Order: sequence, then structure tokens, then C-alpha cells
Amino acid sequence: MPEILLRVRGLEVAYGGIRAVKGIDLEVRSGEMVALIGANGAGKTSTLKALSGLLRPAAGRIDYDGTEVTGKPAYHLVRRGLAMVPEGRGVFPRLTVAENLAMGAYIRKDKAAVARDLDRACTLFPRLAERRGQLAGTLSGGEQQMLAMARALMCGPRLLLLDEPSMGLAPLMVQRIFETVRAVAAEGVTMLLVEQNAKLALETCHRGYVMESGSVVLAGDARKLLSNPQVRQAYLGE
Amino acid sequence: MIAAGHPVLRWTTWLAVALLLLAAPFLIEAVLGRAWVRIADVALLFIMLALGLNIVVGFAGLLDLGYIAFFAVGAYSYALLASPQFAVHWPFYVLLPLGAAVAAVFGILLGAPTLRLRGDYLAIVTLGFGEIIRIFLNNLNRPFNITNGPQGITLIDPLQFGGFSLAQSHTVAGLTFTPAHNYYFVFLACVLLSIAVSLRLEDSRIGRAWVAIRDDELAASAMGINTRNMKLLAFAMGATFGGVAGGLFASFQGFISPESFHLIDSIMVLCMVVLGGMGNVYGVALGAVLLTALPEALRYVGPLQQRWFGEIFVDPSDLRMLLFGLALVLMMLFRPSGILPARRRAVRPSPAGAGRKPHAAG
Repeated sequence: MPEILLRVRGLEVAYGGIRAVKGIDLEVRSGEMVALIGANGAGKTSTLKALSGLLRPAAGRIDYDGTEVTGKPAYHLVRRGLAMVPEGRGVFPRLTVAENLAMGAYIRKDKAAVARDLDRACTLFPRLAERRGQLAGTLSGGEQQMLAMARALMCGPRLLLLDEPSMGLAPLMVQRIFETVRAVAAEGVTMLLVEQNAKLALETCHRGYVMESGSVVLAGDARKLLSNPQVRQAYLGE
Repeated sequence: MIAAGHPVLRWTTWLAVALLLLAAPFLIEAVLGRAWVRIADVALLFIMLALGLNIVVGFAGLLDLGYIAFFAVGAYSYALLASPQFAVHWPFYVLLPLGAAVAAVFGILLGAPTLRLRGDYLAIVTLGFGEIIRIFLNNLNRPFNITNGPQGITLIDPLQFGGFSLAQSHTVAGLTFTPAHNYYFVFLACVLLSIAVSLRLEDSRIGRAWVAIRDDELAASAMGINTRNMKLLAFAMGATFGGVAGGLFASFQGFISPESFHLIDSIMVLCMVVLGGMGNVYGVALGAVLLTALPEALRYVGPLQQRWFGEIFVDPSDLRMLLFGLALVLMMLFRPSGILPARRRAVRPSPAGAGRKPHAAG
């Protein structure tokens, strides 16, 4: 079994007095694709924000790559290869596509490696290569999502946290985005994917966790979860 | 024929601009009178202030309504240590960097508690900060007299290079350099330096980090940018410009009091930035010149009315604010990004998005 890259124990996230995440455990092994699914307000995004250092956990422990990183700020984690694609895409609208990609490599000093990664991103996302001089704010929603993913790859991540990549996109574009998610995973990037589109997420990933009002209620092999009657009823509308 | 953009042409242009800037005080004196040389000096100081505020507001996108406080801090740092107030007379080459450093510390003092605030909320806190500084300066004459309160500090040492005092007139090669002329050249050098620093900052790693924070703070931190330090740096850098300008102002005027550092002055500097073109270094400089010159020019409106109509209908100082407001409203309607818009202007949301032409750089 590959090593555990990310291990979460008893993670709690609170906004003031309200606990959005009520003590969850999860693990991501090197090379895995793991889905975190659940309804609106289940605490998926809060979990992801805590994992990427954008929110300080109220309790619990997060280990990444063998060391504890609980409460470490995002800029520290990015340097260690833990990158995140924020919800709602979060591209920089007033920067061009090329400048957005350059921002992704903000922490890196090795120019040659950055240039190599830029080429790789352009191969993975030919649309972006075509539009490199265009302001990111003028891209379509799908293109912005692609840009956000390409930009996250530019910091050379080992573990990529993806928050709702399908949000607000047309069905056809959702398929395209998931194709690129698979392509990125094929390059050896470990992934933790937060999704509302449970079917697509579970079809794409190896393992899954199901969250409900701040707790993990189900966990296991993605295929088994897909055939689980509870999941089918709650998230697949059957 | 020399094509446009040819190096020879470019150098000639630069040379012409340089000569014009050097000759400017004498041309201004000849055409508009000596009073306007002084106004030109003040305009240069305001360029420095506007460039400093532009770092905070234009580059990093943090709305600061109390910016004049840093100008005050710089001015008082200089005045207290180069006047009979404490009978200390330190040289300017110690005091200007000191003023810059003190202002930077105040910048961080303002920045640290406001890190999580944005937009309106940040504006309110900075506004309060500006007033706090002014009120402190106004009241620090009791129980110990530090700032001399509302009376202000007088007899501040002028800038002095060895035995060459800028507060005296000198005649060199038939040209008379009045104090206003002397200061013009010192201020011009400072402004050019400020412009150079601003342009370098804009096109640096730091500058790009600021743009990222301004556009999307969450995404910026996900890129590995230390948003806290970058925001503090923006406040500190902006304050530094204000601090140096304040020191120069104190030496130039020879007298300062809390009266010079009102909220309206903060708003004035902000208007210079917005009117000129937030984020565009040259636009901001232009805004500062225009907004310094305009009120002065309107002084002539009083006598004009007297001559034409035999009486003064509208007091020039009222007219000033009226025209000023009108100019701002028109500006926002017709050129919302300023006279010279920044290269990174705001993107209007477009539903389709695709098919837009790539924007022209530069």
C-alpha cells in the first residue's frame, strides 16, 4: 500500500459558536483520487479550507507527508506541495491567462522547471494556450475552471485539493473538466475532490467519503459507495 | 526619416522632457509669477503623497482614508528634531530616513489590526486612524509639551547641504534661485525617485502579489502568497512615501501645525489617485498636479468677476469646491478609471465571455 500523504483525525471547524465540521477522520494515500461528497452545507468546503490552511481548525490534527501541519498557514502548505483550487474558481480577473499561470508558480524559483510545467499545462489545456493574452475575467466559466486547475498545477503540487470543479458549469463542460481531472491524476498528482455531483465524483475517484451535517457518515471504495442504497437514495436521486 | 519608436527619437524625447523639467521653475516664474514656483513645489510634494497612496489603494486595493496621518508623522518627526522646540537640530540626511521609518512603523500599526477588514470597513478604520493622529498632535502639549498643540512648530530648519541653505536665494550664472527654486529641484529628484520605485514595484513579484490579493485574496493565499505580510508591506511602503514627503514639507514650510493634516487632505490625495488613474503611476502624478493647480488657478476668478461685473458674485473658495465636485462627478461618468487608466483596468463581467478580443498591453 502506498504511504499516507494526508491524515486527518478528529477535525473540527467552527464559525463562531457554530460547528460546521464536527470531528471527522479521513486519509488520502499517495497516488489516490479521493472524493468527498455531500449535500449543500454538509461541511465539505469548510473541511477543504481547513486542510489547505485557509481556516484554522477548532480541534483535531492534520498530518501531511509525515509531519503535523495543523493550523499552518496556506502559504506554508503550498510550499510543501499541498495546493488548492478554490470554490468558485478564484482566477485573478484582471490578470491575463499567462499572468494567472505565472502567479501559480509564485513560490518557485527554478525557472526551467516552471517553463516545463507551463508547457505541460498548455498541452493539457490547449484552450488556455490559445487565450494566453486574454484577461482571465473575460473567459467563460469552464475556461476559468480550467485556468484555476492549470494554475494550481503550476505550483508543482503533490496533493491537489479541488473544491467543486463542476459548480455552475454546463453538463458538457462538466464532462470536459472531469476528463482533465483524470488527466491531471494520470500525471501522478494525488487528489482530494469535493463535489456535489456525487455520481461523477464517485465514478472518477478510487475512494469516497460521504459527509452529512458536519460528520462523515459513510466511507469506502468508490464503486461500493455508488451501489450503496443509502447513497443512491440521498445523492443520486433514486 | 526616423520612424516612431526609433531609439534616437526616444532619447530626444527623454532629453526634451528632462530639459523642460529643469527649466520649469524659471518658465513658470516668467509666465505665471513667482508664487507659482511655490505652487509647483507643493504639487511635487503631492505627487509623492499620491504615489505613496497609490501603492496602498491602486496596487494593493486597500482603501485608506487616513493617509495624511503618515504625512503628519513624517512632518512632525522632522520638525521636532530640527527646530527650537527641543533645541535639537539634526541634519536632514538623518531625519528624512528616520521620518520614513517612523511612518512605516505607523503604517504597520495601522495595518496589523485591520488585516481582516476590506472595503468600507477598512475605510472607516483608516479614517479614524487619520483623525486620531491629528487629535494627538493637537493635544500633546499637556501635561508635557511635545507637539506644541494647535500652535504648531515654528522655525523648522530648512534643508541644508553643507553650507548651502535652500532657504536662501543664490545667484548662479545670472539665474536667481529663490528658496522656491531650490526646493523645486530637491523635490523633483525625490519625485523622480518615487516614480522609479513605484514603476519597479508594480512590475515586481511583490507588485503581482498585490494585484492577486486585490483581485481575490483567498486565491492569492492558495498560490502561496503570504497575504498578511504583503498587505502590511503595502501599508508600510505607502506610509514611507508619506513620511518622506512630510519631512520635506516641514523643512520647506518652516512651520507645521495639526491644521495641515485634516481629513479633507486625505480625501484630496485620494482624489488625486482616483482622478489621475488608480494604479497608473503617471496618471496619479498628473492627478496630483491638476488638483494642486486647479484650486490655485481659481483664485483668479474673484478678481475676474470684480473686473467684469463690478462685484464678486461667487466667493472663489466656494467655487473651488463646487467645480471640484463637478469635475469628480463628470470624471466618474465619462472616465471612471481616471484620466490615464491603469493597464489592469477593471473587467466588466460579460455573460458570454468567450470571443472577447485580448486586451492591448501597455
